[in-house]
Amino acid sequence: MAAIFILKLFYMQVISDKYKILSESNVRRIVTIYPARGLIYDRNGRKIVSNEEAYDVMVVPRQVRNIDTAELCQLLEIDMQSFTNRLNKARQYSPYRASPFVEQISKTTYGYLQEKLYRFPGFFVQPRTLRTYPYPIAAHTLGYVGEVNQKEIESDPYYRMGDYIGKSGIEKSYEKELRGVKGEKIVLVDVFNREKGSFENGLYDKPQMAGQDLITSLDLDLQLLGEKLMMNKRGSIVAIEPSTGEILAIVSSPSYDPNLLVGRVRGENFKRLSQDPLNPLFNRSIQATYSPGSTFKLVNALVGLQTGAITPESRFYCNGKASLPIACSHSHYSPLELIGAIEQSCNPYFWGVFKTTIEKTGGGDIHKGYNIWRQNVMSLGFGNYFDTDIPNQVKGNIPSSQYYDRYFGEKGWKALTIRSLAIGQGEILITPLQLANQAVVIANKGYYYPPHVVKSVQGKPTRWNKKQSSIDSQHFETITKGMYRVFQGVSGTGRWYKLENIDICGKTGTVQNPHGKDHSLCIAFAPAENPKIAISVVIENAGFGATWAVPIASLMIEKYLTGKISRTELEERMSQANLL
Amino acid sequence: MNTTRYKYHNPFAGIDRTLLWLYFTLVIFGWLNIYAAVYDEIHKNIFDLQTNYGRQMIWIATSFVIAMAILLTDVKLFNSFAFFIYGLVIVSLILVLFVGKEISGSKSWLQIGPISIQPGEFAKFATNLALASYLGNIKRNFSKAGVKIAAFSIILIPALIILAQNETGSALVFLSFILVLYREGLSAKVLIAGAIIIALFVLALVLDKYILIGLCALILLVYYLTRRNRKKLHWILIGIFIATSSITFSVDYVFHNVLQPHQRSRINVLLGKETDIKGAGYNVYQSMIAIGSGGFWGKGYLKGTQTKYNYVPKQSTDFIFCTIGEEWGFVGSLILIGLYVGLMLRILQLAERQRSAFSRIYGYGVASIIFAHFAINIGMTIGLLPVIGIPLPFVSYGGSSLLAFTILLFIFIKLDAHRHDII
Repeated sequence: MAAIFILKLFYMQVISDKYKILSESNVRRIVTIYPARGLIYDRNGRKIVSNEEAYDVMVVPRQVRNIDTAELCQLLEIDMQSFTNRLNKARQYSPYRASPFVEQISKTTYGYLQEKLYRFPGFFVQPRTLRTYPYPIAAHTLGYVGEVNQKEIESDPYYRMGDYIGKSGIEKSYEKELRGVKGEKIVLVDVFNREKGSFENGLYDKPQMAGQDLITSLDLDLQLLGEKLMMNKRGSIVAIEPSTGEILAIVSSPSYDPNLLVGRVRGENFKRLSQDPLNPLFNRSIQATYSPGSTFKLVNALVGLQTGAITPESRFYCNGKASLPIACSHSHYSPLELIGAIEQSCNPYFWGVFKTTIEKTGGGDIHKGYNIWRQNVMSLGFGNYFDTDIPNQVKGNIPSSQYYDRYFGEKGWKALTIRSLAIGQGEILITPLQLANQAVVIANKGYYYPPHVVKSVQGKPTRWNKKQSSIDSQHFETITKGMYRVFQGVSGTGRWYKLENIDICGKTGTVQNPHGKDHSLCIAFAPAENPKIAISVVIENAGFGATWAVPIASLMIEKYLTGKISRTELEERMSQANLL
Repeated sequence: MNTTRYKYHNPFAGIDRTLLWLYFTLVIFGWLNIYAAVYDEIHKNIFDLQTNYGRQMIWIATSFVIAMAILLTDVKLFNSFAFFIYGLVIVSLILVLFVGKEISGSKSWLQIGPISIQPGEFAKFATNLALASYLGNIKRNFSKAGVKIAAFSIILIPALIILAQNETGSALVFLSFILVLYREGLSAKVLIAGAIIIALFVLALVLDKYILIGLCALILLVYYLTRRNRKKLHWILIGIFIATSSITFSVDYVFHNVLQPHQRSRINVLLGKETDIKGAGYNVYQSMIAIGSGGFWGKGYLKGTQTKYNYVPKQSTDFIFCTIGEEWGFVGSLILIGLYVGLMLRILQLAERQRSAFSRIYGYGVASIIFAHFAINIGMTIGLLPVIGIPLPFVSYGGSSLLAFTILLFIFIKLDAHRHDII
């Protein structure tokens, strides 16, 4: 008998590994320590995204045994059916690994549960942090955090089921910096799942690394004002610091409170928001494309000057409403030279510029002429994404000559065929971000930095490559004079909204569109000498550029440069207006 | 002259040192392991009376006192009072059936003030005394049927009462007295028949009963055909066949209709017919994990996670061997088994040198009881035998068990010390 025992013991203790492994899996529980996600500040160090404590009930399905299901259901406020479903889901993921069972239980529930947890082997509470937004602003740009999906788990082994990941906005583009590094603690638990101490005094524990904080380029006050002005309007405001490409404010309206897409309520709210006919989840600043309208006349003027097709003194006749092939919507003396034409936004003038540019540079070859024009246009940042920290941008469209070849045949088109481009209508599509960047390039007299939202990561400044446009700086000076007159000139389209001590340069746009009233557009930068802010404003279906976009741009500029609004009545009127 | 006189009167003279040391080693080793099994950060003091190990210390002290008392008792009294003690125990066993305290399904505890005792534990040495006293009497001839019946009755009466208390494990231990009877002249055929019956029992559970009966018939037929002298043999073989068939059927019946569900599933788990690591098989599964994870050298004293964190149930009583296996490893298990084997062999060796039949029979009884406990207990913890809750002698936590085994052993030590006397 003793011999049999010894043989059996020899097998169990010395030969077989099975029991050793089983004994370890019995007592060791790996507790993941989630570091707090990095905080996000505005450019002046004010917190715009922070964290709050949350508690998830986790389950290791294999360890669940002999529990009072009814009592647990009651504690967690779920029904039996839901209990079974959740357990099955967890089991499907892994019977040995912890997966979330009920997320974000209340502090009260947590208190009750902690006391009784020993009676529910296999269950434990995982503390973690959730996003919270002290100001309900810049929802699209900040983005949101959600649970990883299967695809994300498969593509990055860092993630486990139930982990959170930045899904959009800068939460997505700075995910690696914000998330930090998860830590791991191996604890020993007894049969009742109570923690009994650390394993080997924590020798095999992995320390967690806190997420890195971001300082964004956003100016909280300016962003708040922008969101206020855009209430009950469809459209966008993008304000950029020209010398750096830092985005000061980026508003897409209608928007939503980012607090709605946090934690347990996210799924439900997301569904509700995505079904909203106003489409608040749509980020108009970078995803909506518009014809640029009259703001594009500046681009045509720049290309004309650069290619030598026109000089600042060139004049083109205007017959007012009788002009051909494009009528003029303003009444002014004729012919105007360039600066006056910009001030008055004369359509026939810019048709002249466009036609001359394409025909003269091409030397009769429409393809050559058009391609040179297109290259110059694209060097200003149009027709492509910015290589920057803003995910999910769209390209917009500066059509290629092949596009027109396909449409009209290789010999079937000339400048006249595509005359709409002269005044920023037709096939050209731009995003509000690209439009703001246009103002930046003009303000900088020829260069820009890709517009970006984050200034520094944990104190380390972000770096961006300077982009030089193909247009020489003296040409920018010329058109800047015209833009100066738009606000400061006696007949400028923006003259009603000039500021007392600050000179604004800008250009309005009224964009026809087949879906309703005209879109109201405007670009501007200020002060004229040494610009500190460049801005684009797009208000959909609002009417004239001068009526809506200009005053909003003017208020934003005033706020940013002076820190206050003197025209409170105008601010009231703009923010109260409902243009939906 | 003076010294011999002194020696002659010394009540401790002639005590077998080997047994004494084996006893102390096992008791102290047991105590250390009870401490390890129950050890936690809060009750670190090994003398803490709120814990099992603290209380075990009191039991150990009590045992030493009782051992001393036995050594000081007149050796003749054990034989004289054997039946008196036996009767006393039988009465208390019956008493327990009526006024006993029920602890986890078995009614075997007697509550006296703050302590509960288990008369079943004391029945073992009492029965052993009675059996030794009965068979040790020179007038009794074991070859007589009447004596055999009487001897079996002495064994079976307490066994059946204990069975009625739902203490199957303790009752089974009484079967080990068959070994004593074998030494005293019981035919080997009875032992072989017993072994065959046990084999049949197991096979009846594993195999289909008709296949098993067919198999038996085949074996008997082959035996019959290969024998030359077939006179009367066919009648004997037919008798054996009927007996095996009826055993097979009755095993089937008993298993399905008499055994309690938990006993059925324990047996099924052991036979591998059921794998229920969360229910009936949980104890054994966790116990095997504990022992198996010990490895060659063990996890180290107080470092066993299986036992310390309560994965193994009853880790200081019936499953104390888990703690030993886990923390002391193969080496420790080997030493413990060695201690037991040494203890039993020494007892048998001493028993053989006794001049009085009473002492010899008693010695064999002691060895048999220790053997039954040792085999069933360790067999259970390493998954070789079904879960039968009986303590590991001298090592497991428990006052009744420790006291009873101490009395059992020290009576023998005392008897051995006086082997030259006429008892």
